[in-house]
Amino acid sequence: MSTAAPAEVQAAAAGDSLGAVLRTRWEALKGGDVGSLPVIVGIIAITAYFTTKTPIFFTSVNFVNLIGQMAGVTVIAVGIVFVLLIGEIDLSVGYVSGLASVTVAEFQLAGSSHNYPGLVAIALAILLGAGIGAVQGSIIAFLGVPSFVVTLAGLLICQGMIIEVLGTTGVIGITDTQVNDVSNYILSKNTGWIVAIVFTALLAFASLGAYVSRRRAGLPTGNLIITVARVVFYGGLAFAVVAVCNHTRGVPLVGLVVLFVVVLFSYLAGRTTFGRHVYAVGGNAEAARRAGINVKLIRILCFVISGSMAGLGGIIFASRINGVDLTVGGGTILLDSISAAVIGGVSLFGGRGRVSGALFGGLIIGMISNGTDLVGSADWVKYITTGLILLAAVTLDTVARRRQAAAGR
Amino acid sequence: MSTAVKPAALELRGVFKSFGSVEALRGVDFEVRNGEVMALVGDNGAGKSTLIKCVAGIYSIDDGDVYYDGARVVIHGPKDAAKLGIEVVYQDLALCDNLDVVQNMFLGREDHDPLFRLREAPMEQRTAQTLASLSVTTIRSVRQPVASLSGGQRQSVAVARAVLWNNRVVFLDEPTAALGVAQTRQVLDLVKRLGEQGLAVVIVSHNLADVFEVANRITVLRLGRNVGVYEREKTTEQEIVQAITAGTATEPAAS
Ligand SMILES: Nc1ncnc2c1ncn2[C@@H]1O[C@H](COP(=O)(O)OP(=O)(O)OP(=O)(O)O)[C@@H](O)[C@H]1O
Ligand SMILES: [Mg+2]
Repeated sequence: MSTAAPAEVQAAAAGDSLGAVLRTRWEALKGGDVGSLPVIVGIIAITAYFTTKTPIFFTSVNFVNLIGQMAGVTVIAVGIVFVLLIGEIDLSVGYVSGLASVTVAEFQLAGSSHNYPGLVAIALAILLGAGIGAVQGSIIAFLGVPSFVVTLAGLLICQGMIIEVLGTTGVIGITDTQVNDVSNYILSKNTGWIVAIVFTALLAFASLGAYVSRRRAGLPTGNLIITVARVVFYGGLAFAVVAVCNHTRGVPLVGLVVLFVVVLFSYLAGRTTFGRHVYAVGGNAEAARRAGINVKLIRILCFVISGSMAGLGGIIFASRINGVDLTVGGGTILLDSISAAVIGGVSLFGGRGRVSGALFGGLIIGMISNGTDLVGSADWVKYITTGLILLAAVTLDTVARRRQAAAGR
Repeated sequence: MSTAVKPAALELRGVFKSFGSVEALRGVDFEVRNGEVMALVGDNGAGKSTLIKCVAGIYSIDDGDVYYDGARVVIHGPKDAAKLGIEVVYQDLALCDNLDVVQNMFLGREDHDPLFRLREAPMEQRTAQTLASLSVTTIRSVRQPVASLSGGQRQSVAVARAVLWNNRVVFLDEPTAALGVAQTRQVLDLVKRLGEQGLAVVIVSHNLADVFEVANRITVLRLGRNVGVYEREKTTEQEIVQAITAGTATEPAAS
């Protein structure tokens, strides 16, 4: 998780046998590249803990609930990943999501002059997020004002705008079905299975396609067994998720939205020139500039991504409760989103981490929140647990970086 | 200056560059021809790195002209320099530590399809070929992050990046400064090979023994000015040292 290149590609040069691959991985682990190990251990530990505490936690009904609870934060965290990758921060995402919630509610308002179809309202809310990101990103890229301050100002301005818009009524109900479907629609059981099949097929196609093209080019291919095992594991996971959901009502549409966002942006980060340039800017902005990369444009685009994902997150939140009130965009949304990205292994120092980290981090945060609610713990337990896990993740990141620096050069 | 027999591949005339009150370049003339290795020497702060960065489009020049193949050009940024076929290996290597060797070699010029999807396989192939053609054998995997390479290996990657693109003019800013004996040897051989292949090569170095080994001509900078151009065959280390320290261009061999 700490390098841009997949571990198996690096391992390839050392030899293609299973043993050699595992040995390389073990060496990397000792060198400070812990990969996704802590996250997996964390998910298992949290699951085990809450399962022993309450019989409700490990049920299909609660799992479907969990998907709905973690969706908003996970989507926002995907945007945060891009901002962290270039070594910046976006503190405005909480209230940008709030403003998007208000926007989507406002533009579907029945009986008003701007009573648009749900999908139009959704598009407008995402565009608003993108626009706010573009403005903040431009100030940061062109004027060199630290992102911490620019987005802190953005946070306050968005919060003010929310209060101004909601001021008189304090609440707006959402009656539009398209908007409400975002978080509440449940896919039919067969559609769920089709999603799992398509996902697995795409994954297999991408993995084996890479294998074949490397083989044809006469390059080290890595171990075929590991490639296949990865496809089987993640494909199996997809089928397991669908099976669990179908055991009760079915897969929520919002789960599909999250999957789509994570896959799309993973692809963007890992397989395109744009993604490569994002990692380069985060690794060494001066080197990127000298290589002819338009560093300012990359910076702005990363903030546009975080703004639009905050917008989408806001739509998910509003849809979930069929409306907005004065608490919109506040609470722990901002901190949960940043924590999700960091817990998912994205470095605060820029240049290291993956988009999928947002999904795993979002899952961990969602599980803690969901579990403590079920157990009936007071809020302070939730906050302190999340805080400790965040602290552990950041410490791990810092220590891993130092060990890697010591291992190289 | 010389009445060039061969036309200069790259020529600077009266170039000025200041950083606030610091005048780094004060009307520098400089030229390098195809197929020659030109050494650029001078004391710390003489303006060598600044000259290179001006040509590379990192800094814009305050005044003066740049000619490429005899035609006046204006270099606005790294992209312009790259388009002309000018490549620079920087003193501070300018590699991204978090990216691997292939990713650094192709940085900013990635091989991609019309949808901007990266073509990893050909990039990896060409990286391996280029490193092999330069006899760089110590790098275990081209998919290693650059952070895990030694200083010499990093230098090799930076030099290999310069030759990957069939460039016409290559600048090397102190390429051997941090290297051990064996790796210095390799880089110097590499520099000579670049010149023999017909490229215009400019090497900055404080090590005069290295300079006398690889260079055909030597340009001495002092306080942002060109104080003399010497032919290696017709000069001595003492003369160069004197030019560097005192700026007395006793008898520039090339004039
Ligand atoms: N970015 C900058 N900002 C301000 N001053 C600079 C900058 N870059 C260089 N200078 C100044 O310009 C002068 C020339 O510096 P330059 O780096 O070109 O010297 P150099 O010949 O490469 O020296 P060295 O042998 O130490 O590498 C120095 O006085 C330096 O302090
Ligand atoms: Mg210098």
